[in-house]
Amino acid sequence: MAEPASVAAESLAGSRARAARTVLGQVVLPGEELLLPEQEDAEGPGGAVERPLSLNARACSRVRVVCGPGLRRCGDRLLVTKCGRLRHKEPGSGSGGGVYWVDSQQKRYVPVKGDHVIGIVTAKSGDIFKVDVGGSEPASLSYLSFEGATKRNRPNVQVGDLIYGQFVVANKDMEPEMVCIDSCGRANGMGVIGQDGLLFKVTLGLIRKLLAPDCEIIQEVGKLYPLEIVFGMNGRIWVKAKTIQQTLILANILEACEHMTSDQRKQIFSRLAES
Amino acid sequence: MEEETHTDAKIRAENGTGSSPRGPGCSLRHFACEQNLLSRPDGSASFLQGVAEKSRERLIRNTCEAVVLGTLHPRTSITVVLQVVSDAGSLLACCLNAACMALVDAGVPMRALFCGVACALDSDGTLVLDPTSKQEKARAVLTFALDSVERKLLMSSTKGLYSDTELQQCLAAAQAASQHVFRFYRESLQRRYSKS
Repeated sequence: MAEPASVAAESLAGSRARAARTVLGQVVLPGEELLLPEQEDAEGPGGAVERPLSLNARACSRVRVVCGPGLRRCGDRLLVTKCGRLRHKEPGSGSGGGVYWVDSQQKRYVPVKGDHVIGIVTAKSGDIFKVDVGGSEPASLSYLSFEGATKRNRPNVQVGDLIYGQFVVANKDMEPEMVCIDSCGRANGMGVIGQDGLLFKVTLGLIRKLLAPDCEIIQEVGKLYPLEIVFGMNGRIWVKAKTIQQTLILANILEACEHMTSDQRKQIFSRLAES
Repeated sequence: MEEETHTDAKIRAENGTGSSPRGPGCSLRHFACEQNLLSRPDGSASFLQGVAEKSRERLIRNTCEAVVLGTLHPRTSITVVLQVVSDAGSLLACCLNAACMALVDAGVPMRALFCGVACALDSDGTLVLDPTSKQEKARAVLTFALDSVERKLLMSSTKGLYSDTELQQCLAAAQAASQHVFRFYRESLQRRYSKS
């Protein structure tokens, strides 16, 4: 009977909140609470540290921390809501404690404002196109949101076309809206994606890895064949090379990249470069 | 031909439903079994099975609803599909664990993890955690769903005769056992993320 008691004590101890700094880079599970750096000092050991009396109820030196995907504010602490590795980015300039977020592996996309995505036009109703972006609702795209589009000069968009655009409205309460121009009115690479090529789906984590600044995979792929490639943050990649066979090879490589180590990848690339 | 029919009848008798054997020259083996399950002569037996399935679905759904942060996804439905590959006892607890892991894998935001623990009470009061199908034919079988933050009780489903103190004992044992389940969750998720 003593065993359950000791195990129970261990379980309660395990559920105490940990400092966010100590958990960086480790896998966190939903339900865990994380302490921010400033609070950690207040709850420090002993309590023998003397602090000057402040006239405010709370110390003014609270650091402003941004709570990224996978985390929610729960009182003074951060509650983890998704499973993944905890990451932190220092603030580039100015004040603030930086950003904390959870790097999770997911297949399902949830629209986020500012994300560039590849969508498929599913319907044309009046002045609005309905675009499937992989979320729970199709996004709406107005025909005036293309570069050089006016009421007389309509863009040539048909049902089934691929669109590369970004979200201007994307929250849980409203239908997402996307546009194919940036804030200056220029297309900047967005708009209807051309003929041919292949669209395929990968996990969101792989897209983020491929879009990271120094991604080796993209540099190696570029040396292999000349190609055009578009990445959508909703897990969709569009690839086009000179021949269909090359396009299929590239698609297979990118899909398999997730599970391969860098050595295996280099082997495959060298074998392809020879043939 | 006669041999085949004889085998047919034997298989059906093993099913133990008490239905009368069919006439000769009817369907192939697996087809007969299916028919047997669906159209039992004992109407109440099939009805009971229907209720058990529905109540199990409701229990799992209520547990998931208590833990998933539904406010982040309004006007959206989350569907959990569970397929029984093999039933070796503690089916409801296994379903709960599978549902939790599936929700984590899908990236659905949750406020805690949950696990299912089943225990069986023998006629002489001995407690068996995670009973096999044979051990489930005991005096009482209790299944609990516990959350990972403070081991609070999310759902309980009990069948049989037990006293108040026995319930408390089973609950305490289940809370201690849920430790192991959560540790297994953590290890398997760490293994998955270590590959990337």
